[in-house]
Amino acid sequence: MRRSIGRSGSRVRAVLVVKDLEARRGRRVLFTALSLAAAQGQLLRVQGANGAGKTTLLRMLVGLSTPTAGTVLWCGQPIAGQREVFHRDLVYLGHAAALKDDLTAMENLQAMGLQGGDRFSPPEAGTALAAAGLRGREHLPARVLSQGQRRRVALARLALSGPRRLWVLDEPFNALDTAATEWLAGLLREHLADGGIVVLTSHQPVPVDGAHEQVSVPL
Amino acid sequence: MSGHRINWFYFAAPQRFYPLAGMAVPWFAALGVILAAIGLVMGLGLAPTDFQQGDSYRIIFIHVPVSWMSMVLYVAMAFWAGVGLVFNTRLASMLAQAIAPTGALMAFLSLWTGALWGRPTWGTWWVWDARLTSELILLFLYIGYLSLRGAIEDERRADRASALLALVGVVNVPIIYFSVKWWNTLHQGASVSVTKGSSMATIMLNAMLIMALAFWMYAFAVVLTRVRRIILERESGAAWTRAYLSDRSPS
Amino acid sequence: MRAMFVRDVRLALRRKADTLGAAFFFVIVVSLFPLGVGPETELLRRMGAGIVWVAALLASMLAMPRLFADDAADGTLEQMLLSTTPLPLLVLAKVAAHWLVSGLLLVAVSPVLALQFGLQGPAIGVLLMSLLLGTPVLSLVGAIGAALTVGVRGAAVLLSLLVLPLVTPVLIFGAGAVDSAASGLGFQAQFSLLGAMLALGLFAAPWAAAAALRISLD
Repeated sequence: MRRSIGRSGSRVRAVLVVKDLEARRGRRVLFTALSLAAAQGQLLRVQGANGAGKTTLLRMLVGLSTPTAGTVLWCGQPIAGQREVFHRDLVYLGHAAALKDDLTAMENLQAMGLQGGDRFSPPEAGTALAAAGLRGREHLPARVLSQGQRRRVALARLALSGPRRLWVLDEPFNALDTAATEWLAGLLREHLADGGIVVLTSHQPVPVDGAHEQVSVPL
Repeated sequence: MSGHRINWFYFAAPQRFYPLAGMAVPWFAALGVILAAIGLVMGLGLAPTDFQQGDSYRIIFIHVPVSWMSMVLYVAMAFWAGVGLVFNTRLASMLAQAIAPTGALMAFLSLWTGALWGRPTWGTWWVWDARLTSELILLFLYIGYLSLRGAIEDERRADRASALLALVGVVNVPIIYFSVKWWNTLHQGASVSVTKGSSMATIMLNAMLIMALAFWMYAFAVVLTRVRRIILERESGAAWTRAYLSDRSPS
Repeated sequence: MRAMFVRDVRLALRRKADTLGAAFFFVIVVSLFPLGVGPETELLRRMGAGIVWVAALLASMLAMPRLFADDAADGTLEQMLLSTTPLPLLVLAKVAAHWLVSGLLLVAVSPVLALQFGLQGPAIGVLLMSLLLGTPVLSLVGAIGAALTVGVRGAAVLLSLLVLPLVTPVLIFGAGAVDSAASGLGFQAQFSLLGAMLALGLFAAPWAAAAALRISLD
């Protein structure tokens, strides 16, 4: 049911490389000379105090923010030069759930998909939402959903993200109860097993077993 | 020894540009004063009284040069802002930031001297002539640039956003000028023309050119002084600024 | 791209109060002028086109922040920047949807206002056409201003300050066309210029607005 990454021989090996990244906020330097790498099946967990620059780093990884120095390379190429190709391989979920209040959960999911270049059929979207624990709530406007439910709608996109190999998630476990946390952990495990890469921030250790490499990036 | 190749980007670092600018300012200031003196003597003293407008026309020796400067400075501002945007350099954006207030001042002076000229000539403080109206819109564009800079707290975002605005503006200026000219001829408004009705004596032209150069020197001096202040402000976290400032503080 | 257009129109329709506000503002502002300059028929007839046009400018500027403000607030704007569709196309779709529910409304209301100023039949038609050509240009240039001021304090006023000087040519030729028609002269020149501005706007404005969005969300 879930579209998988597959082992397409013609595609370049997935690898995320960061070289000498520097970030400034105003006149304050958040981090400098930051280098890291993530290969297939690896999970990178960015740690740090609030305001240390975790979100800034994640935004630089996906190209939303421009670093003051350094480069981000996806599959060997700087992301700046291959924007559309990179975006096709990427799912980014930021702090905010990125839902339109006036659209229903189903409509939101489909809209997000279309923007990313995927077409989710109603049955597909429905199944994903059900797996996220939102069965029966697909046709409610997002406005009436709780924080946790909104986050689950946004995360449902991961279940449908198919062949996208890089997941960059900012505080994905926020506002999730135990069942939802386990569901998300399951999604992450599947993705890593398929050869995908995950970069996320989280205040607690990620409940993904040690079979997948977990690298901590302290800020 | 290796041959010396000029590294044009050597002075692109704020740290190195700062002393260079500091050295240049007094020269520009001196040139400005000298040229202004010559120009004013020529314009106020030596140029003949105009057949139609009497002596009140002499305000053009300020009006025309500041009008030119306001336009030149806008283009310069847009240029440096564009360079800062494309090459992601800080100094170019700081230069644009420094030019803007002087350019706005020139635009304002142009309007003010235009009004001072209009009063004895047509009896009103303001006429909706094509050039004055375009100058007014240019002043609005400057104000827009300065307002945008002021409203955005993050300096890099302010640099880039105002650069985009300046570039959009500079592309628009010919369109605006053309449409205002059309609007003016259609409604047959008055025309504040220097050459209309009287032939331009060579000495008048020379005086205006010299005054224009004088204002240019003034602009250089003021802009460089301002950019030095901006550099110190914006680079205040860097080691060299802290060292520089602590050197200068009275012990 | 079509999906973005449909989404925005759907959202605007679910929030009718927001979209009608600018239209009401338009009507009120136009109606204030006679109160300010007196009810003398001939004077109002001569000023009518200009007043309607200026009010249309102001109403457009008022509606403009809505283009990106909601999306910025709920985080969907970020996702737009990560879309596989080129950002200028998404911006164009949003501007089209925005114009459809605000600019077009102004155009539709304008004949009624024109009657208030005593404009005659043919002149009303020209006013309608000039607004039809001109309001999209206002929306397109306004989008650049909206993109530059996303999330900035006092964005609405700042946006007007930035955009109004840039759109003076549209005002000049739009109102000029009506005046030309009213005096019996041809208005083709003004319309071709408006058309040219629309073409330039369609081509360049989405691109500039997209660049501005990336700058604002950096």
